Amino acid sequence: MLKIENLTVDHGAIRALHAVSFDVAQGQLAAVIGANGAGKTTLLRTLSGLNKATEGHAHWGDHNILHSKPEKLVRQGISHVSEGKSVIPELTVSENLELGSLWRRNRKESAQTKNEVIDLFPRLGERLSQRADTLSGGERQMLAIGRSIMSKPKLLLLDEPSLGLAPLVIEQIFQTIRDLTTAMGLTVILVEQNAMGALKIADIGIVLNLGSIAATGSAAALKDDPAVRAAYLGF
Amino acid sequence: MAISIVLVWRSTRVINFAAGGLALASSFVGASILEKTGSFWIALPLAMVAGAVFSAFIEYFFLRPLLKRSGDKGSEIFLPIIATLGLLGIIKAILSYVYGDEIGYLPPPLSDKGFIVSGESIALSPMRLLILGIVLLLMISLTLIFQRTNLGLSLRASSFAPEISRLAGIRVDLIRTAGWAIAGAAGATAGILQTTNGSGSVSPDSFEFILLLVFGFVAAVIGGIESLVGAVIGGLTLGLILAIILMYVGGSLVFIAAFVILIVVLLVRPQGIIGAKGGRRA
Repeated sequence: MLKIENLTVDHGAIRALHAVSFDVAQGQLAAVIGANGAGKTTLLRTLSGLNKATEGHAHWGDHNILHSKPEKLVRQGISHVSEGKSVIPELTVSENLELGSLWRRNRKESAQTKNEVIDLFPRLGERLSQRADTLSGGERQMLAIGRSIMSKPKLLLLDEPSLGLAPLVIEQIFQTIRDLTTAMGLTVILVEQNAMGALKIADIGIVLNLGSIAATGSAAALKDDPAVRAAYLGF
Repeated sequence: MAISIVLVWRSTRVINFAAGGLALASSFVGASILEKTGSFWIALPLAMVAGAVFSAFIEYFFLRPLLKRSGDKGSEIFLPIIATLGLLGIIKAILSYVYGDEIGYLPPPLSDKGFIVSGESIALSPMRLLILGIVLLLMISLTLIFQRTNLGLSLRASSFAPEISRLAGIRVDLIRTAGWAIAGAAGATAGILQTTNGSGSVSPDSFEFILLLVFGFVAAVIGGIESLVGAVIGGLTLGLILAIILMYVGGSLVFIAAFVILIVVLLVRPQGIIGAKGGRRA
């Protein structure tokens, strides 16, 4: 279980997150929604060790995950797919995938996981030796998620996987995220601008506004909450 | 030397001007070992190890803290350039202090007399052949390391996208130090080969090493700074052109010619001979 208590993060003089607390149970998909600048990305970056927290606690199981380096947290099962199709364009699809499992230092297991990822995303399998910059936006997002799966994560942090994608592709990616969560027993934090799409597949929702929590609850309830609808869903 | 500069660039995106100083220091180590053991074949690998250690030391204790502190993006590009230039001066000063006017001798291990072909001595000597062999071996093994091994993949990934690499679980700091170490070993090889093939001796304020650094840098840019094969081809091309100029025009123009070539290449083909088409895309 992921337990976040009183988390406060500053970027210089600007307070990006203010006393944020919430829990996500094992196997749950949590959607974090909110406008630009609400602190969604900061939240993920702090949980994966890229940003420093000013105050508060965050525990993943028994591990205190604040003040740890990202490369350490990966080894504890936390994988962060950063914003904007986080693949390395100069490397091939195959190399991008292998990168995710290098730290495991187990070629046999890595090859096996790679096959699982290719089964999951057959499109990547057809393009293994191509450079990642030849992929379409949707394929890049699949590659980014695939690389993350290569590290056998337990907690997946996804930052705006729908960004810049066509509506049909967004639907596919969301469906894949839902399927993965259920099939692999992952715990997922999904940060999204596309609030409606995210709440549709999520178990619980967290609404951030200017660095503070504006509402939390089951995704279904948030979807029907008139205040949330007016402010974030646009109807 | 071009290989060494390309290596540091490829693993850390830093242009390493301290490479000349590191090569000089490693050559001194090589000369001392040669003096004690009398064997070139012991001196070369040990000097390479020394080069690797020096280089890793510089990365770990100087460049890493420097880059950590300079958080803002603007200075990130040229801060390391100035820093490595400064380090070049410091290394030379330390060597002068330690060795004073002493000179390290590194005579060629093989004959540098040209082979005799139909009664005439040609430019190709056993020593030159050895140099060619070592450079080719270095290039091939380094290319294999970069393209085929996990270390190589980590090195490339860390240089292109350090943040994504960290999120993928790569210990980027460690990998950078490793990149510098490999480059230091390559630089030491360059220093030793240059000395044995040239004057046969090194001194702390050797002009030969400044030339080595400058020509190495020019060769790296000509060949395409992304590519090891490019570095070697750039080095050979540069060497050939400069040799022709030396023979037909005169020695005084060699230095100028190197920079003219550099500027022409930058104007006509900025990515270098082997450089990849198109820059980075997000």
